[in-house]
Amino acid sequence: MFVIVAGGGKIGYYLTKALVKEGHEVLLLEKNPARAEQLAEDLGEVARQGDGCEMRIMREVGMARADVVAAVTGDDEDNLVICQMAQRHFHVPRAIARVNNPQNEETFRALGVKEVVSATSVIYNIVEQEVESGDVVPVTAIAGGRVEVVQVEVVQDSPVANKLVKDVPLPGECLLAAIVRGERILQPSMTTEILPGDTLVALVGPEDEHVLRQALASPKRK
Amino acid sequence: MRIVILGCGRVGSALALFMDREGHEVAIVDRDSSAFRRIPPGFKGQTIRGLGIDEAILRSAGIERADCFAALTNGDNTNIMAAQMAKVRFKVPRVVARVYDPIRAGAYHELGIDTLCTTVIGAGLIQDFLLERPWRSIEEYAKLVSLFEQ
Repeated sequence: MFVIVAGGGKIGYYLTKALVKEGHEVLLLEKNPARAEQLAEDLGEVARQGDGCEMRIMREVGMARADVVAAVTGDDEDNLVICQMAQRHFHVPRAIARVNNPQNEETFRALGVKEVVSATSVIYNIVEQEVESGDVVPVTAIAGGRVEVVQVEVVQDSPVANKLVKDVPLPGECLLAAIVRGERILQPSMTTEILPGDTLVALVGPEDEHVLRQALASPKRK
Repeated sequence: MRIVILGCGRVGSALALFMDREGHEVAIVDRDSSAFRRIPPGFKGQTIRGLGIDEAILRSAGIERADCFAALTNGDNTNIMAAQMAKVRFKVPRVVARVYDPIRAGAYHELGIDTLCTTVIGAGLIQDFLLERPWRSIEEYAKLVSLFEQ
């Protein structure tokens, strides 16, 4: 694969290193000349100085030939423009954007950039997961934000503990995808019994998340 | 009309003043509160400190009921992003982004975002002044963008 990484901060640097190690053709673009020089000393000709938002630079580095563009600068507006230009002007099949303000995840999707990563959201979700065992925890959003993947750890006082799957009142737009029990991943059937200690993984539409919460979360977490 | 302006630089503050003096309802946003010093006293509009690519800030500027939106910060990408948020997320009827880079302005114009490249318009005006030619129309100046495309 030919991957263009825009933004030579820490994320861009380690991403480039990992991709090079895997044998991919990679080009790392960094706007700041001093930083670009530093990166070139370390990574060689893979790193070059240039503003990833500039059409001229995009042409020079062969954007039209790229399989993936990853825009990981520290500025959301730059990442948006890089991805939009890559997708719409150069027809790059995949454009991945880093967002710093988690609110911009939804904005980016609405503006046509579907693959969005927010470190803030990822860490936030982990923090939530740590403190709120027994709660329905959002893991990620898929299908352009139309489907939430959520998980819930079943505790003793969960309303679904020791119940059969068919007796759990799930909302209409919801799919119980898997039950993780110890090391095993079970495919739930109507007669599977849910046990304390299980982790349930479900797919749900954003509107039905609160219904799912009512059905699955332990009483003190609702 | 209700107008939301992003960026209180020379152009943003001037536009805010013009609109205010014509009786329109103006809200102007800038991330630096000292930028509002450019607005002369007597301005009846609203000033909001904050980032223009933050939905909460745009909402507090009343973008949900705005008739027009102008993105006039000194960052092309900020203007492009804010203009798209106004148009797509908030359905503001008339939206413009000032973009300095002629090529980027041309590319986004093709993608359906109204961009005004004051770089080529300014250069075209100066060229006509120097060569003592009559002024051209704005459309003709804007078309000069094509000279930058190979």
